Amino acid sequence: MLETESSESTDSDATAIRGQDIVASLGDIRKTYYMGALSVEVLHGISLDFYQGDYISIMGPSGCGKSTLMNILGCLDQPTEGKYFLGDQDTSKMEDDELSSIRGARLGFIFQSYNLIQQLNVLENIEMPLFYQGYTEADSHEIAMGLAARVGLDDRVDHKPFELSGGQQQRVAIARALAVDPLIILADEPTGNLDSKSGAEILNLFDELHNQGKTLIMVTHSDEMAERSQRLVRLRDGLVESDDRRNA
Amino acid sequence: MTDATLSSANSNPHANRRASSNSGFNFARFKKITEVGIKSIYSHGLRSLLTVLGIVIGVAAVIAMLAVSEGASYEAQQQFRDLGASNILVKSVKPAEVEESSRSGFGPPQAIVYGLTTADITTIRNSIPGISNVIASRIVKKNVWNGGLNINTDVVGTSVDYPVSRSYNLRAGRFFSESEMRDHGNVVVLSDEVAEALFPIDNPLGKTIRIDSDYYNIVGIMESEGFSNLGQNQAGSSNSAPSRIFIPFTSSKSRFGETTTRQTAGGVESETVELHEAIIQVEGQDGVIEVGEIIDQILQRRHKDIDYAIEVPLALLRQAEESALRDQIVAGAIAGISLLVGGIGIMNIMLASVTERTREIGIRRALGAKRKDIIMQFLIEAVILSGVGGLIGVVLGIAIPFIISAFWGMTTIVTPLAPILAFSISALIGVIFGIYPSIRAADMDPVEALRHE
Repeated sequence: MLETESSESTDSDATAIRGQDIVASLGDIRKTYYMGALSVEVLHGISLDFYQGDYISIMGPSGCGKSTLMNILGCLDQPTEGKYFLGDQDTSKMEDDELSSIRGARLGFIFQSYNLIQQLNVLENIEMPLFYQGYTEADSHEIAMGLAARVGLDDRVDHKPFELSGGQQQRVAIARALAVDPLIILADEPTGNLDSKSGAEILNLFDELHNQGKTLIMVTHSDEMAERSQRLVRLRDGLVESDDRRNA
Repeated sequence: MTDATLSSANSNPHANRRASSNSGFNFARFKKITEVGIKSIYSHGLRSLLTVLGIVIGVAAVIAMLAVSEGASYEAQQQFRDLGASNILVKSVKPAEVEESSRSGFGPPQAIVYGLTTADITTIRNSIPGISNVIASRIVKKNVWNGGLNINTDVVGTSVDYPVSRSYNLRAGRFFSESEMRDHGNVVVLSDEVAEALFPIDNPLGKTIRIDSDYYNIVGIMESEGFSNLGQNQAGSSNSAPSRIFIPFTSSKSRFGETTTRQTAGGVESETVELHEAIIQVEGQDGVIEVGEIIDQILQRRHKDIDYAIEVPLALLRQAEESALRDQIVAGAIAGISLLVGGIGIMNIMLASVTERTREIGIRRALGAKRKDIIMQFLIEAVILSGVGGLIGVVLGIAIPFIISAFWGMTTIVTPLAPILAFSISALIGVIFGIYPSIRAADMDPVEALRHE
């Protein structure tokens, strides 16, 4: 098991390290894909702890298992072996419905291609995770309006995604990811489709979130972006190559 | 940045805002899913419309066909009910071979004797128990005059019970009485049509009409028969004309005799018929069909030729009911097929929609939608599609019978059950044919779905 420079303990149930709470913990995660008789192990045993307020970049060459790891962190996929604790819940043995619930309640997703629903307007897109959590219409409206204002789109709430620029769409996606006030925000190359100016705006938004104590995990190809995070995890061939904490 | 929603994850301000009923039925949730469904259908307006066309046609066809068949069977049944369900009608019919030779025009003047006799009726009355009354009639075609106006009509010599036996009511005046019957009285009751023809302006009651050289006092006028004489029409009997007048049986016999002569191409033809028809009333409906069969046996023994016809309205009613049922089964089958085709159309379009929206499904799953949420979403969409189709179909299905009635004068009856049933079935079709696409949508792997282009 590879240890982070800050972790004196390998106990995944440990809740307090240096005064910080562990929000997510991967314990020897392995993932094997089966294609008929063929099986390919993509992750060969990854152990990582994520702390409350961490701003983490995950980097690595393509095929290193970044996406698979993100899918597991996002509870969209389950590890073949190993344990994944999200908060105090072990997700590795969860049923499909429980995984849906935990995704909806504790995780926020930001995708490279924004993934907004085209028929719905900005407000409705932000409200969607709240809808699946059973918030009342009045509550979700209030929360979504607040978040739209927070990302600077309160004058565009009734616009459809195709009426917005890429940067604006990604801001809607960020607002949507924040809607349920998740434990972790997962961002998969959030600026990959954006020009540098819009990208910078998104990164500024991430900095703000980090300053507010949000936990952010971001997959990126760009060293410049990784610079801004507080901790950099490099993956290679399904293993953690390095895990460096910087002082932000 | 001061927004409460961005505060620390430890104190989740949202936790207490969640609606208590996350599981189970939640109307607001249902409404939201429905709204999304309508939006998605609306965004593919033409495609959606073409998709539901099958359902529209199916539902409209069911309602319209049922309305027409219901109308037809109502008419038929009404006619037979008017004839009386506990009645048996026996009529004299010119035997086939006689008709044949008279038409050829060879040989000496024809003198045909055929048909029912008083003796037949007496035998029937005496040998079958449970016959409550027999109303025998003679029907002779005559010119009937009021001054210069005349009409060629059936003069029915009958007994006082005739109107009661056929539930045939008087419009004005009275039917002739027993004493007038005994006295061979010169009294007459006109049918509404004859009254109209001979007395277009004044009231015929109390006036007289002339038949041959005799004058008859008009004592009553019957109600318009409407379609109630259609039973006789079908049997092709001599009194098929809607215009009829009624005189006492005794008067008919003494004034006109039993033999009628007619000028034909080959010479003179004479017919002797004692009775033209008899209504045999049976006590209660239970034995009517059996009594009809016994009468047939008795007449077969007594007559050399088949010069009579027996009509049992109840049997005809049963037949009408059976054929109405057959019509409805056929209508149902056709409708069923078009609804099935409509359902397949919906399934097809739902499958296309699921494929098209794979990405959306992935997004929704990532954002917390459970399998059942996805199933619900697509199922509701399918039901909205078929329901809208059903609704359009119901409107058309109710309009079409009106048009048919207006242009072709057919009786059509839209029973409330038909639109309700058709609409429910169309909604059900949405569920049935929506299930498979919905399950397919829900069973998608979220990771794969998110990757879908």
